[in-house]
Amino acid sequence: MQAIIERFRYLFCSTKGLVLVAIALVSGVTFLFGTLSANMAAFGIKDITVDLFNMNLVEAEREGRIIILYHSIAVAVVAIETYIITHILPMKRGLRASINATITAGYIFALVFGLVFAYFGHNYIFHGLFIFGLSLVFFAGLMLAVALWPWQKQYRQNDSQYSRTRGGLDLERTAFFVAALATLGSALYGAIAGSFYGNGFETFLAEDVVREVHRSTLQLAVIGHLHIMLTLIAIMLALIVGRWFDFKGILHKMAMPLMILGTVIVTLGAWAVVPWEHIAHSIISPGSMPAAIAALLLVIFGFRKLIREHIMVEQETGNAGFWQKLKALVHDPLKFGALWQMVFMNFVVTIPGIFIAIRLDEIFRTWPFREERIIITGHWHALAGIIATIILLYYADMAGLKGKARRWFGWLVILGSNIAFGAVTVYSLKRLVVSETAQQPLVDWTMLLADVGMMTVMLMLGIILVWRLVDLFARRGRWAEEVEQAGRDGECG
Amino acid sequence: MKRLKTFSMVLATVLTLGSCSTGQATVPAPVYDTGINPENWIKIPAGSFRMGQFEHETLIPYDYEISVTPVTNRQYAGFLNEALDAGVISVSGNVVSGYYPGDEFHGGRHEVEIVPGDYIYFMPGEADSRIIYQNQQFQVKSGYQDHPVTMVSWFGAWAYADYYGYRLPAETEWEKAARGLDGRPYPWGNGIAGANANYYASGDPFEESTGAIGNTTPVGFYNGGVYDGFVTLDSASPFGVYDMAGNVWEWTADIYEGTHLRYLRGGSRNNYAYDLRLWNRNSAHPEYCGPSEGFRVVRNP
Repeated sequence: MQAIIERFRYLFCSTKGLVLVAIALVSGVTFLFGTLSANMAAFGIKDITVDLFNMNLVEAEREGRIIILYHSIAVAVVAIETYIITHILPMKRGLRASINATITAGYIFALVFGLVFAYFGHNYIFHGLFIFGLSLVFFAGLMLAVALWPWQKQYRQNDSQYSRTRGGLDLERTAFFVAALATLGSALYGAIAGSFYGNGFETFLAEDVVREVHRSTLQLAVIGHLHIMLTLIAIMLALIVGRWFDFKGILHKMAMPLMILGTVIVTLGAWAVVPWEHIAHSIISPGSMPAAIAALLLVIFGFRKLIREHIMVEQETGNAGFWQKLKALVHDPLKFGALWQMVFMNFVVTIPGIFIAIRLDEIFRTWPFREERIIITGHWHALAGIIATIILLYYADMAGLKGKARRWFGWLVILGSNIAFGAVTVYSLKRLVVSETAQQPLVDWTMLLADVGMMTVMLMLGIILVWRLVDLFARRGRWAEEVEQAGRDGECG
Repeated sequence: MKRLKTFSMVLATVLTLGSCSTGQATVPAPVYDTGINPENWIKIPAGSFRMGQFEHETLIPYDYEISVTPVTNRQYAGFLNEALDAGVISVSGNVVSGYYPGDEFHGGRHEVEIVPGDYIYFMPGEADSRIIYQNQQFQVKSGYQDHPVTMVSWFGAWAYADYYGYRLPAETEWEKAARGLDGRPYPWGNGIAGANANYYASGDPFEESTGAIGNTTPVGFYNGGVYDGFVTLDSASPFGVYDMAGNVWEWTADIYEGTHLRYLRGGSRNNYAYDLRLWNRNSAHPEYCGPSEGFRVVRNP
């Protein structure tokens, strides 16, 4: 019994354990419910899953099911980011414990009861528990905002290498705080609209209403909500990666004000979608620029740091040639990968997105809507997937992956995801150059590459989870060291 | 701009490398007689039905008749030949065009003004087309006579209906004919299998030579018949209308304020099964001609 309690303490008290549990749950959900996708249905896998788990899939409820599935995964990702933030930023011990406990209960309630409600019959008690879980996550977010309050004396930034005001206000902590507040407001933005329309409102997927001439308030709120939530998850992750690299110096001083400014403008732009849809993009586009520049500064800093540190270790000299620098840059695929994925995101999300926006009426709106929907769906799946891989790379480092295993893991995640999302981008934009009739070879190849890429990432994810699962059975495994460390850090009493 | 061009060129190169294919228009299609006569009409009685995903009670206060299948290549080629003789259409290069009286313009966001004038009806010269123009005549490629006409624009569908005194179905008319009165998601009821309809990777005999995207199937193919060992289920709607789900998207008549787009219903051979749910809508520019877009017509009894 004591052994179980100790492991339970590790999994639900230490940051590493909490992140591990959330990743494992998201992986399980992604794996299981991914078998219901249209592509899997074509292979007959969907029928096996439905029969095996006795799922109740009413045709008219597909959109509702998917919305709950998205929320189940999203709140778990928000929880992971929250655990990491409470771990890397100084805050009161009691508050940290309360935040972690509340958000853990919240996301597990939301995930478990949401999915049971959506896929296994409609017991409205489960729906209530799903909403209760989301509410707990929101409440944890409120506590996080309180904990992050940057104007407290003890959180003043005394080191001049980091971005701060003349009065000592820590601008990085402020950036976290602003992102937390923006996330809370944006969650309310979706929640209020959803609640207002009440139980039984006619659900829809945002990608299905892009061509509606007159969009309802609810439709606009949902569009604004989903875009800003994903954006804020990405912003928060960029800030976390910044801490990972100990981002500082002149680039940090430039980046943090830009990140705060970008977060505020882009959030206000997304909130403007309901009242002023016609000008919302005019706010969002310039607003995203400061945040994107801040991320670019982080990438520049991180790349330079990776090169400098490795060359210092290897040669104790800074006069290295191009190839030595390149080798140094990529020597640690976990850290390089986290930054590279931010760069890669531009190739599969940002640049195609801008291209489509510029040529929307001329090209994309002449095609059938289903073609446009493929692009939209691919676009945000790629963004969400890249965010997930950065978290995975971060966790692998956190979990202490070292040596060859670290290199193999890192490179396979990078290559797998890049191949998959690159292929998905080509697939989604195929109509630019290939007719529907002639598309089959291209579809076959891109789907194959996407599947191989995703399988590779999922395999790596599976391996790291099995590694940690096996470790849990060891009497004095890594978990024991980690829970002791968590105790010393004040995470577990 | 230069960046955009470079991006387009790179993308085009990558995509072209992966898309070297002759396309299924050149693949000889197996010929099956389904026994369903596309000249037949089905009467849909006046009354209410449950419309849309959320089953709103909707009244159609009149009887109407709808063609039992989508318009076939044979029927459309016949129209093109008659219309050409009557001087209603003109052929220029790969394009058949004709007059359309225009729509009221409301200045909606993304709305394109449709002024009175000539518009593309049909694209006989495209590789995807099953009707070719040779020696001043429109002819159907061998084996495709009873397949639904494709590569026809909304204007071309409208012109066909107008020429014979029919009309395109309104979305309400289309959905009632497809669903019957009980709000079912598919014409045949709940659930979908490859024996019900032609959709992506549905396993019909035409996919053997073309891959999962398949080909159009002859109209009325899913009628309980067996074709070279491929067993179909009788998948007509409760009123007895065929091909309301899958095979080709079907243009509908409605013109909505603030948009020039026209709406299509039913899903096609190139869509996953969930897109065949009967409340799903597709939309495209009215001059769009695609290999998965066709139409059927209605008339007053």
